[in-house]
Amino acid sequence: MDLRRTFLIFVPFAWLLLLFLIPFGIVLKISLSDIALSIPPYTPQLDLSAGWSGIVEYFRALDLENYVFLTQDNLYFLAYMSSVQIAFISMVITLIVGYPIAYGMAKAPDHWRPTLMMLVILPFWTSFLIRVYAWMGILSQEGFLNQFLLWIGIIDTPLTILNTNWAVYIGIVYTYLPFMILPIYAALEKMDGSLMEAAEDLGCSQTSAFWLVTFPLSRPGVIAGCFLVFIPALGEVVIPSLLGGSQTLMIGKVLWEEFFSNRDWPVASAVAVILLLILVIPIVLFQRNEQKQREAGR
Amino acid sequence: MAQQQKKTVFEPWEDPSEKPIIRFKNVTKRFGDFTAIDNLTLDIYRREFFALLGPSGCGKTTLMRMLAGFETPTSGSILLDDKDIAAVPPNKREVNMMFQSYALFPHLTVYDNIAFGLRRSSMPKADIPGRVEQMLRLTQLTQFAKRKPHQISGGQRQRVALARSLAKAPKLLLLDEPLGALDKKLRNETQFELMDIQEKTGTTFVIVTHDQEEAMTVASRVAVMDQGRIVQVATPDRIYETPNSVYVADFIGDVNLITGKAYPGNGEQVEIHWGEAQAPIRANTSKSLAAGAEVKFAIRPEKIGIASEPPQDAANVVQGKVLDIAYLGNISTYHVELPSGDVLKAQATNSRRISRRNITWDDTVWLFWTDTAGIVLTE
Repeated sequence: MDLRRTFLIFVPFAWLLLLFLIPFGIVLKISLSDIALSIPPYTPQLDLSAGWSGIVEYFRALDLENYVFLTQDNLYFLAYMSSVQIAFISMVITLIVGYPIAYGMAKAPDHWRPTLMMLVILPFWTSFLIRVYAWMGILSQEGFLNQFLLWIGIIDTPLTILNTNWAVYIGIVYTYLPFMILPIYAALEKMDGSLMEAAEDLGCSQTSAFWLVTFPLSRPGVIAGCFLVFIPALGEVVIPSLLGGSQTLMIGKVLWEEFFSNRDWPVASAVAVILLLILVIPIVLFQRNEQKQREAGR
Repeated sequence: MAQQQKKTVFEPWEDPSEKPIIRFKNVTKRFGDFTAIDNLTLDIYRREFFALLGPSGCGKTTLMRMLAGFETPTSGSILLDDKDIAAVPPNKREVNMMFQSYALFPHLTVYDNIAFGLRRSSMPKADIPGRVEQMLRLTQLTQFAKRKPHQISGGQRQRVALARSLAKAPKLLLLDEPLGALDKKLRNETQFELMDIQEKTGTTFVIVTHDQEEAMTVASRVAVMDQGRIVQVATPDRIYETPNSVYVADFIGDVNLITGKAYPGNGEQVEIHWGEAQAPIRANTSKSLAAGAEVKFAIRPEKIGIASEPPQDAANVVQGKVLDIAYLGNISTYHVELPSGDVLKAQATNSRRISRRNITWDDTVWLFWTDTAGIVLTE
């Protein structure tokens, strides 16, 4: 057995075990527990001093009560559905905004590309939280956007954007745009320019050449970008709580409230477990897409 | 008329009644300060297999891209069947191109790649499968129709690219270094396939290449280009045997160049005085030269004989010492140093086994050639 190779494989596995599987096990366990007025705020606690009977007792006390509760109060179902909807719409808007940017970058002269790439990545140099707060300043009733629109005279009364779903869409699209642009850019950039010429040579107009050749070839990038936006947007908590209003229902926010406001760790954990299960589907699809792309690239 | 043509040699460029399919008229193309094509005039005839040959950067690719419609001339005009095509975009031209990289659509199967152009044309939908099948048969790709480009070999990809560009039966097919990506053996086989397909389809082919051997093999006529100009247009054998300049002589094949002063004699005879203590070279030329004019005498190595005894009744004989022998299997090239220090290359076929050959390193040998073996160049 190759020791070096074993070690190389062991490192990521150990990482996953330590930072994903074990924490997930703990969350799963808490989701099966009951709320209690104690520290930590749930029961049962594992009491090893009672020996074997303590362990048996401990496992006996675990149940699916919290999951049943999630199905009884339709707040959770609505929050999940609303999250999926917001994440999906944001993803589509991000794609519509991001594709032309990526296309422009890929078509730009070689010496411009590093600069353009920098500009896309530049926002990451500032804290995410500060950037979202900045949007509050832009979108509020007295914000820059309203002041500007009032000044040029398009509107008479300030628009209410902050604390609506619109603000959430703007926030998500703004935050996740680089994750859409970069994979699409990568796909477009490695495309052989003579393919477009070949399509034109064979009778395509420039528009049809784009839809018949360029777009299908950038599809892996589009799919990767969509997943990279959809997956984190689904569980987004900061943007909806800062920019969204009281009627903005997102599962991340619900989870936050259960955990910190209600101090109901078991229900919050159950929500988290369900969220993860919902995310597993797109993540698996994403992995399949990546793998297919790698095989095609060979 | 057509029958008569078949019997005679294919030489439409010699026939004044024949109309060229392509005419370049004083075409110039500039990119910024750089002149890629410099006042170029050229006719290409129907059914020709025309080769544009030259080193990279000589403008041959620009010339081809102007035919395809990807570039427009800065001045001058290009006529296809007597119609100026400057304003016709690439997708409306009856010209197709086979790209150097093949530019096969990676997301489409071989079949769909070939059908791509047909589906964008006015061809009725029902006729497309038949045409694609025909192209697949022509290029022997029938069994690969359902594969994607990354699932077939380089040679097969090359044939898909050819089939795709031929599918629309263009008036003119452009081939940009079509065999550049293939290994030597496959390239040689493919050259003959290309000629075969060109003959079967009767399409006019224009090929761009930097490989002189390839141009010589496939082409009916070769245009040798240098710095945006055409230096010589002629059949491969004329290009090789009677180059019009030192550039062409040097670019095509191997050549010995001797600088000297020409002293014309009777008729076409000329004596070239060169080097000290060397007998003048006796040669023939149709050029009228002033006495003492500086000329270059060009002679191909295979036209120089090599012997270990002084030969009798040869027009030109020089003595020298074997400096190097390049053994190429079928032939050997002898590098012979003359007393003047010049080195001449002579080639001999190895019709005898190597152990039987009598010339080796440092031997004193005699090189000889006839008075018609070489040519006299003034430019």
